Amino acid sequence: MLQYLAKRLLLTLPTLLAVSLLVFLMLHLVPGDPAIIFFGDQPVTPERLEQVRRQMGLHRPLLVQYLDFLGGAMRGDLGRSIHNNTPVLEEVTSRIGSSAQLALAAFVVAGGLGLSLGLVSALRRSTWVDAAAMLMALGGVSMPIFWLAAMLIFVFSIKLGWFPVTGFGGWNRLVLPAFALGFVSSATLARLVRSSVLEVLWQPYVTTARSKGLRETLVVRRHVLKNALIAVVTVMGLQLGTLLSGAVITETVFARPGVGKLMVDAISAKDFPLVQGAVLFVALVYIVVNLLVDLSYAYLDPRIRFE
Amino acid sequence: MRTLTRASDSSDAPVAAVAQPRSPWREVVRRLRRSTGAVIGGIVLTALVLAAVAAPLLTPYEPLVVSPADRLLPPSLGHLFGTDVLGRDVATRILFGARISLLTGLISVTIAILIGVPLGLVSGFYGGLADRLLMRLVDLMLTFPGILLALVIIAILGPDLFNAMLAVGISASPTYGRVVRATVLSAKSQTYVEAARATGCTNARIMLRHILPNTVAPIIVLGTLGVAGAIIAAAALSYLGLGARPPEPEWGALLSEGRNYLRVAWWMTTFPGLAIMTAVLSINLLGDGLRDALDPRLRN
Repeated sequence: MLQYLAKRLLLTLPTLLAVSLLVFLMLHLVPGDPAIIFFGDQPVTPERLEQVRRQMGLHRPLLVQYLDFLGGAMRGDLGRSIHNNTPVLEEVTSRIGSSAQLALAAFVVAGGLGLSLGLVSALRRSTWVDAAAMLMALGGVSMPIFWLAAMLIFVFSIKLGWFPVTGFGGWNRLVLPAFALGFVSSATLARLVRSSVLEVLWQPYVTTARSKGLRETLVVRRHVLKNALIAVVTVMGLQLGTLLSGAVITETVFARPGVGKLMVDAISAKDFPLVQGAVLFVALVYIVVNLLVDLSYAYLDPRIRFE
Repeated sequence: MRTLTRASDSSDAPVAAVAQPRSPWREVVRRLRRSTGAVIGGIVLTALVLAAVAAPLLTPYEPLVVSPADRLLPPSLGHLFGTDVLGRDVATRILFGARISLLTGLISVTIAILIGVPLGLVSGFYGGLADRLLMRLVDLMLTFPGILLALVIIAILGPDLFNAMLAVGISASPTYGRVVRATVLSAKSQTYVEAARATGCTNARIMLRHILPNTVAPIIVLGTLGVAGAIIAAAALSYLGLGARPPEPEWGALLSEGRNYLRVAWWMTTFPGLAIMTAVLSINLLGDGLRDALDPRLRN
């Protein structure tokens, strides 16, 4: 296991470097002079422009600039926001709490809904229960998350007044966004759980368990669900991608001060250091969580370790 | 729900094909017509496309003409889906928006195919350094989950509808590249490719005439489902204010307009969303059916 861990960690390094390179290049891929972009729509004198060019180190070779950026990023220095002049790292870290809360809650919703919908439809295969559950899953895949969010706000906040419309803080501001985000992610999961449970249901060890007289609930819990879960764990990693990008939209709809909303606002405001910081952060989270998923998969299924 | 019938479908299909030979595409159409979901999806989608094309004939209103006297009217016989804050008929805007949104999905996927297919073809056929470099690039692109890569591209190119299509297309291209590469790899070792080489075919001819046709089925399936994904993604970008801009009646932009009037005009948000869902759901149903009809192995 340790060897596997070391190997996986080592394999992550080039990915991290490549991501940082792409994020660094972003500013240089934008058509136009980075120094002018830096000023956005404000009028600026040529002297001031030259000064900023020097400050940003734009006169040096690109490679040196990249190494500088990388060194800064390692020390936690991601530059300053163009508009508020606050350190980017501070801006990003101050919003992690809100995003983490939403992601975690949505993950619980997605997992719970996806598992139960998938399991029920597999066990009641080819009945109306199965059809209804899978139709719901198909609806979830086809539904734009921002629309579901708006509909939830309309019904539960505006009409019924159960939850506040927007903002952050307290569990009652978390319910609607978590459900909107979780429901959309649960759809793919439900379909996967269904097919992996169906696969496991016909395995010889399940027949064995049944023929030795085990009750059906125990067969499902001990033998079917446990084995079906292995396949589910890997997909959770992929689902995290849906979750993260969904969070960007959900946070915007509910005006939650998270990293996703920060990114969208920064893109609209052309605040590039901030965009770079937020993108780097989200990509980093995605890489780390995928690493964790891989590790837990290797832990659950010993065959992986010896590949 | 449909797995049972489909499982038997795929097992007896080859037998049927042996018993009475017919063209493979007719076989696909036959299997497609057996799937209820695909038929419903196909009908709804055709209706939507027709409605989009015939939009000016179906409504007495104009999508962009403002009429302050009629602002924020609730749904009625005159205005089936109500009117928006500038007095424009919401149903009319959705109808004209269908042109933009359906085209957006189609163009995005076309861009993804134009980028992904040649790269996957070259990568799988030649292998070696080019293959390794391209696959690293694909891995890197897939490190940015979902809409994030599209957001990065928009950040670089600037917010605008065409850039949104480009962004969605580029960020979807790695999937096509990978699938094509895998198909090429398995086709490359077939005897007919060897035979083509033995008869002296050039690499280009082998690639285009003998290997490329293998990738058509998976690309049709991926592309169909991809249009659904692209419509949602582009609508999301527009909703975030990074794609189509008002007054363009793109569906995501319509939802974004309705956002601030949710309290007083629920219809401004509800109906454009339902339009997106109808389109995406019907395309997904058709795509699922196509997948089962073209290649049962692709399921799951």
